[in-house]
Amino acid sequence: MAMSATDIEKLIKAALPDATIDIRDLAGDGDHYAANVISAAFKGKTRVQQHQLVYAALKGGMGTELHALALQTSAPTE
Amino acid sequence: MSDNPVFDRIREEVTGNDIVLFMKGTPVFPQCGFSNACVQVLTYLNVPFKGINVLEDNEIREGIKQFSDWPTIPQLYVKGEFVGGCDIVREMFEQGELREYLAQKGIEAAAAE
Repeated sequence: MAMSATDIEKLIKAALPDATIDIRDLAGDGDHYAANVISAAFKGKTRVQQHQLVYAALKGGMGTELHALALQTSAPTE
Repeated sequence: MSDNPVFDRIREEVTGNDIVLFMKGTPVFPQCGFSNACVQVLTYLNVPFKGINVLEDNEIREGIKQFSDWPTIPQLYVKGEFVGGCDIVREMFEQGELREYLAQKGIEAAAAE
C-alpha cells in the first residue's frame, strides 16, 4: 500500500487550503516522502502541533499507508 | 475516553526517566533509520537516555501513538514532555534549540565543538 504525492497534496490542501506544499519522493516507492508545508494555520503553533495538523489531514494514512514523511512546516513570513 | 491501560506504563517510563526514546531496536542496534538518527543526536549531545524498543512490545508500540497523538516511531520524551519525532529532533538539533531545551530542563548536554 502506498500513497502518491498527489494524494498527499490533495489531502493536505483539503485541510489547509492556503498551504503551499513541496513534496519530494525520496525512494520512488510511494512510501518515503519529504514535504515542506507552509500555511498560516501554523502561526503561533509549536512544531509538534504543526506536524499534528498535517498528520490529521492525512486521515490516518501517516504510519499506515505512508511509512515515512520527512516533514518541515512553517507559517508564511509576512 | 477510558484510559488505555498501557498509558500507566508509559507514564511511568516518561516520568521515571529524564530522557526516553521510544524507538525501533535498541540504542546499540537501532533497526530503523529514523530511530538511529535520534540515537545519534542524543549520543552526540552525550546525554543519558533510555531506549524503549517498541518492536518488542506491541502494546507500547500502539499505545504510545495514542498517548502522544503522534502516528510514528521514534518519539522523544524529556522530563515527561513529548518533544517530537525524528524530524523535529533533527531540526531542533541542527538549529541549536535541542541543547538549549535540555538545559532549560536541567539536563546538561556536551559542549558544542
